Amino acid sequence: MFTYIRNRILLAIPTLLAVSFITFFLGYLSPGSPIDIMLGQHSDPARVKQLEHEYGLDRPPLVQYGSFVWGAVTHGDLGRSFGTGQRPVTQIIAEQFPTTAFLALMSMLAAVAFGIPAGVLAALKHNRLLDRATMGFVLLMVSTPAFVFAPLLMLYFSLKLGWFPSSGWEGQEASFLGLKLIVPDWQYLIMPMVVLASRPAALLARFMRSSMLETIRQDYIRTANAKGLSPSRVLFKHALKNAFLPVLTVLGNTFGFLLTGSFVVENIFTIPGIGYQSVQSILSRDYPVIQGVALLVAVIFITVNLVVDILYGVLDPRVRYEGAK
Amino acid sequence: MATEMTPDVSLETLVSRRASSSPWSDAMRRLRRSPVALLSGCLILLMIFIAVFAPLLAPHAYDAQDRAHTLINSGNGHALGTDNLGQDTLSRLSYGARVSLSVGLIVEAIELFIGVSLGLLAAYKGGLWDTILMRVTDAMFAFPDLLFAILLVGIIRPTSPASSFLTVFVALALVGWPGMARLVRGQALALREKEYVEAARATGVSGWGICTRHLLPNMLSPIIVALTVDIAGIIMAEATLSFLGIGIQPPFPSWGRMISDARPYLRSQPMLLVYPSIALASVVLAFNFFGDALRDALDPRLRQ
Repeated sequence: MFTYIRNRILLAIPTLLAVSFITFFLGYLSPGSPIDIMLGQHSDPARVKQLEHEYGLDRPPLVQYGSFVWGAVTHGDLGRSFGTGQRPVTQIIAEQFPTTAFLALMSMLAAVAFGIPAGVLAALKHNRLLDRATMGFVLLMVSTPAFVFAPLLMLYFSLKLGWFPSSGWEGQEASFLGLKLIVPDWQYLIMPMVVLASRPAALLARFMRSSMLETIRQDYIRTANAKGLSPSRVLFKHALKNAFLPVLTVLGNTFGFLLTGSFVVENIFTIPGIGYQSVQSILSRDYPVIQGVALLVAVIFITVNLVVDILYGVLDPRVRYEGAK
Repeated sequence: MATEMTPDVSLETLVSRRASSSPWSDAMRRLRRSPVALLSGCLILLMIFIAVFAPLLAPHAYDAQDRAHTLINSGNGHALGTDNLGQDTLSRLSYGARVSLSVGLIVEAIELFIGVSLGLLAAYKGGLWDTILMRVTDAMFAFPDLLFAILLVGIIRPTSPASSFLTVFVALALVGWPGMARLVRGQALALREKEYVEAARATGVSGWGICTRHLLPNMLSPIIVALTVDIAGIIMAEATLSFLGIGIQPPFPSWGRMISDARPYLRSQPMLLVYPSIALASVVLAFNFFGDALRDALDPRLRQ
């Protein structure tokens, strides 16, 4: 197991290098100097020269890339933003990421809390009204993009009923592992969470349903029923545990939807997270921040995939890793 | 089937009917029988019709601003009303179909070109080519497509509204090709072992000839199904990028951008948001359903 984890982490290094290399050189090759964008068109040439030197943009591209990688590896320095204040990219990410993580975590919990029971119930009531209703809802959620769903919720719950504020993120300041974040009041949390959780919840429900349908047709379930175990005992002790295994891999993908979704949802509800920040940086061509976010995303996904694979091995002893032998 | 066996149909007609039915006409027959396929197919044809004839169908130019009538519901020559700039909603919706469809088709064409060439190369040459392709696609599959596209668009920012099309094409194609490459590789690996390919090789057909005359024609149906389902994802991705303000740039109309621009007027003009939403959702659903129906029609064994 240890060898397996070590190999996977070693394999992550070339991936991260590739991500940083591609983002760096695509940024380098794209038209328009970032300094011109920073200062505006009719700027003082001396000031441009000075800033280019400050950012090291007057060096050959390979040297620039090399020093970026060196800085990132030796002291976690991802460069500085081209935006106002010229703040370090790591600082910007450290400020914005906890909010995104909090929202994603809450939505993940909501998606699991809704999707898993819905899928199980639909499977138990196969082809009955509840099953059809759940599957119809799933289809609706999968095909409705967040940017259509969210304004409709706003229209009804904020503008018409006035239950929730239509945007914003206000609440208590908190600190977790040295990172500061704002834990929003529940009124601010509900709508973004529902929008973000809807698609993963639908996918989880669909997957849980088909996995459950497959499981309850197995021989050991028939045996358990035949020997007179109560239906609830068969469900919880025998069926659920086995049906949940394949769903675990989907949980990893779910995380992908959540992170992608947070880019859209944060922009709709003006939530100060990494998704909102990224789109602002893209609009203002703040390459160092985009590059930093790309690396962060890569690290997150490599970690999530690894954790899912390890959990799979822990929960299902039949899965044996080459490194674990 | 039973009706075909009535005595008044002669054996000759039956035989000739049998002989004329290719796998493709079989598939078409099955497709025509499915109501879902018919409905979604009609919707897709309608969208293509609107996209192709947008200049004739649209009552106004997509960027014509009727400053005297902004944010109206309907009337004054604007059947579906106008937005905050006085641009005609119906015209922008029609041209939006053109934008969505062209993004979908061009991105698919690029994906197809890269995917087929790399997929065939990896399957046919094997060895190092195959290893490299598999590693690269593995790494790319680890990331969610849309997030990847958002970051790519951020890095290759367009310099003008017209070049925003190019940026969207490149970003979405770069994200999408690994799926096609993996599909082609898998198909080619399976087909390579068939007797007729072996026979072709034994009679001295070149590698190029085997790929183009034997492998490709036999993997057409899974490729067509994948393209149909993919186009829904591409249209949705373009709409999302445009919604975020980093896709197709104004004055060019995009459904995603229209949805985004309608948000400030949600209370007074909700239909401004509803029209493009309906257009987008129905087109995406239609391509998804049609792709599923096509899969069932082309390969009846897969039907659940």
